[in-house]
Amino acid sequence: MDPSNPRSSIIPTVTERDQWMVESQVFEIYKVLSTIPQNAQSLMLELQRHNHISYLTKSLSHLPSSFSILDANRPWLCYWIIHSIALLGESLDYQLQHNAIHFLNRCQDPNGGYAGGPGQMPHLATTYAAVNVLITLGGHKAFTSINRDKLYGFLRRMKQPNGGFRMHDEGEIDARACYTAISVASVLNILDDKLIQNVGDYILSCQTYEGGIAGEPGAEAHGGYTFCGLAAMVLIGEVNRLDLPRLVDWVVFRQGKECGFQGRTNKLVDGCYSFWQGGAIALLQRLYSVVEEQMAEASQISPKSDGTSGDATCHFTHGGTGEPGFSDFKNIGYNFINEWRARDPLFHSIALQQYILLCSQEQEGGLRDKPGKRRDHYHTCYCLSGLSLCQYSWSKNPDSPPLPKVVLGPYSNLLEPIHPLYNIVLERYREAHEFFFAQS
Amino acid sequence: MSERKVSSEDSMSSGEGEEERVPLRERPEWSDVTPVPQDDGPDPVVPIKYTEEFAEVMSYFRAIYLSDERSPRALTLTAEAIHFNAGNYTVWHFRRLLLESLKVDLHNELDFVERMATANSKNYQIWHHRRWVAEKLGPKARNNELDFTKRILSIDAKHYHAWSHRQWVLQALGGWEDELSYCSELLEADIFNNSAWNQRYFVVTRSPFLGGLEATRESEVLYTVQAIMARPENESSWRYLRGLYKGATASWVNDPQVSEVCLKILNSKSNYLFALSTLLDLLCSGFQTNQEFRDAVEALMTSDLDKEDPDIARNVCSVLQHVDPIRANYWNWRKSRLPQTA
Repeated sequence: MDPSNPRSSIIPTVTERDQWMVESQVFEIYKVLSTIPQNAQSLMLELQRHNHISYLTKSLSHLPSSFSILDANRPWLCYWIIHSIALLGESLDYQLQHNAIHFLNRCQDPNGGYAGGPGQMPHLATTYAAVNVLITLGGHKAFTSINRDKLYGFLRRMKQPNGGFRMHDEGEIDARACYTAISVASVLNILDDKLIQNVGDYILSCQTYEGGIAGEPGAEAHGGYTFCGLAAMVLIGEVNRLDLPRLVDWVVFRQGKECGFQGRTNKLVDGCYSFWQGGAIALLQRLYSVVEEQMAEASQISPKSDGTSGDATCHFTHGGTGEPGFSDFKNIGYNFINEWRARDPLFHSIALQQYILLCSQEQEGGLRDKPGKRRDHYHTCYCLSGLSLCQYSWSKNPDSPPLPKVVLGPYSNLLEPIHPLYNIVLERYREAHEFFFAQS
Repeated sequence: MSERKVSSEDSMSSGEGEEERVPLRERPEWSDVTPVPQDDGPDPVVPIKYTEEFAEVMSYFRAIYLSDERSPRALTLTAEAIHFNAGNYTVWHFRRLLLESLKVDLHNELDFVERMATANSKNYQIWHHRRWVAEKLGPKARNNELDFTKRILSIDAKHYHAWSHRQWVLQALGGWEDELSYCSELLEADIFNNSAWNQRYFVVTRSPFLGGLEATRESEVLYTVQAIMARPENESSWRYLRGLYKGATASWVNDPQVSEVCLKILNSKSNYLFALSTLLDLLCSGFQTNQEFRDAVEALMTSDLDKEDPDIARNVCSVLQHVDPIRANYWNWRKSRLPQTA
């Protein structure tokens, strides 16, 4: 914080050296912004929609051989690209939609779940990606291409006695597996007590002394796993079991003076955490009453009441620990956005937008981790998802258009809003919800 | 969430140290196998322009995978496929089936994994496989695994997978004896290494030799307070200090070592963000302040900040809002939720 630190004569550690290098690059960019006239600033802060669309669309039809290392992640590539296009408010043409549905169907295992590519084993992460793509594409053909009965069977086979899930047959067990399984089951309306059983215990055991959530019990709190663990806990109606005040405190401290988020304490900023950490905060922003209840309990002193009460949380906080089978977890995802009434965000939304637009954006299209890194589809997806969260972070309901002052840069930067529990564009989620909840 | 970094180079290495790679279709030992091409359909999305070698190896892999051929040549083929794409979990899975069926000496497998990890260590599959092999080998693999993770951590001291693997080794195979000093060593090299702090917490809470948090608290608090005094801007040590009192809030609030270190840092008037935020948490948990604390906080309030507020917790929030503007919303919210009598 203080440049006149008397200890600056000490030899810097690896962490400090790496941090200072990134800071100087980032501040250089912000210095340029502060010294140019306002119209030039607006230009500098513009989201290069056209170039992003062009980068994404090209990749959908052609990827060079260097992508062979992602040959077992092709539904992910579909998701990163197609979700990004949807965030930008565009749709694929009919032929590409058709091709995407058919391709994903070739990744669908006859016994349920989606694999990383045709002929590979089904995997929970690529199942999550494929289902999110099909919902994003929308329409009867996409929805009915998902074999929900078989998918349910696959989820059950991945379920472990400790409450966690394996990513694939004999695969690793972690918080990511819990989230992808629960998210898919929730959005397709196949979530039940058997899938939920002990998930809360597993995720609880992953919350660390720092406050964030780790991949496995004992490991270090990490942005990606924190989003996964928190979202899964919300979806199963057990979020009140986490230590939420500590979780909030940990996650808000991940935003640094570079304006973006880091993934872990004392690590470098990375644009993708705009979604993982920003998404966790967006969820917490809708859980104020649960957080505040825990704070009041901790202080054992009755809190000052500011007259506000009853946000969206009341519908998905009961029943988690108490009466098993009582909680109405099937509607949690839907209620979460229907009873929005969010309060102010707990992070600095304008600062994060500044990092995304100035440090993560490549003018030629695509977004990246940080200056000096190359664009890729993963970072494009999660930087844009984070940007969307920022733009709607002050909205009182999920799809009312935000005021111009909360959107950094020209108002044309505005993206589509997302459902923060699933990271699916909101209107696409709504259509899918209507379809899958009409099914038994 | 998944492997995400795509190298910019188009070059694919095909195996190691090879002379001229002979295509499978020209190798006599493969002449009886009909390769199975990938069924991408007529108009796939995200089609990858595979090199000829990549496509061929994967086509032969599909053939033996579909016929479930458990043979030495199949094992060799999985190694080739993994060289092309270490992220293919199906190939790794089949390789494990082969290692079991063929009763292969798993020590050689460790070398194979290490070569793969050196080339591309940020990959779930490699580490999952390594864990599987070490589990099969049992306690005799312990030292080797601890050395292996040490080698990875000497290059990247915050390597998430390497730390997870090391924790698994300690829990499943043992080797706790030197772990606390290993953490100290890493923290001496880089006191900001949060992974090393996390590992330290793992050791003090789980090592069968240390007796848990309560038994280690005194010495750990001493260690951590020193670390804080040396670098008060280091969030890791502050979070660790708080962690040492997990499930023991009353001890945390009442331990003078905690409040004293806050006071010292506040009085130094530099790098006091975490001291202030810790003080706020203490106040919210019922910590009773005295004049010294009130003076220390008031001394941090710039003239433009405030008129007199009798509530120290409110003043702490005001200073935090001012000196930590990126979290202004958070401090504002904390200010609105203060316990009435603090």
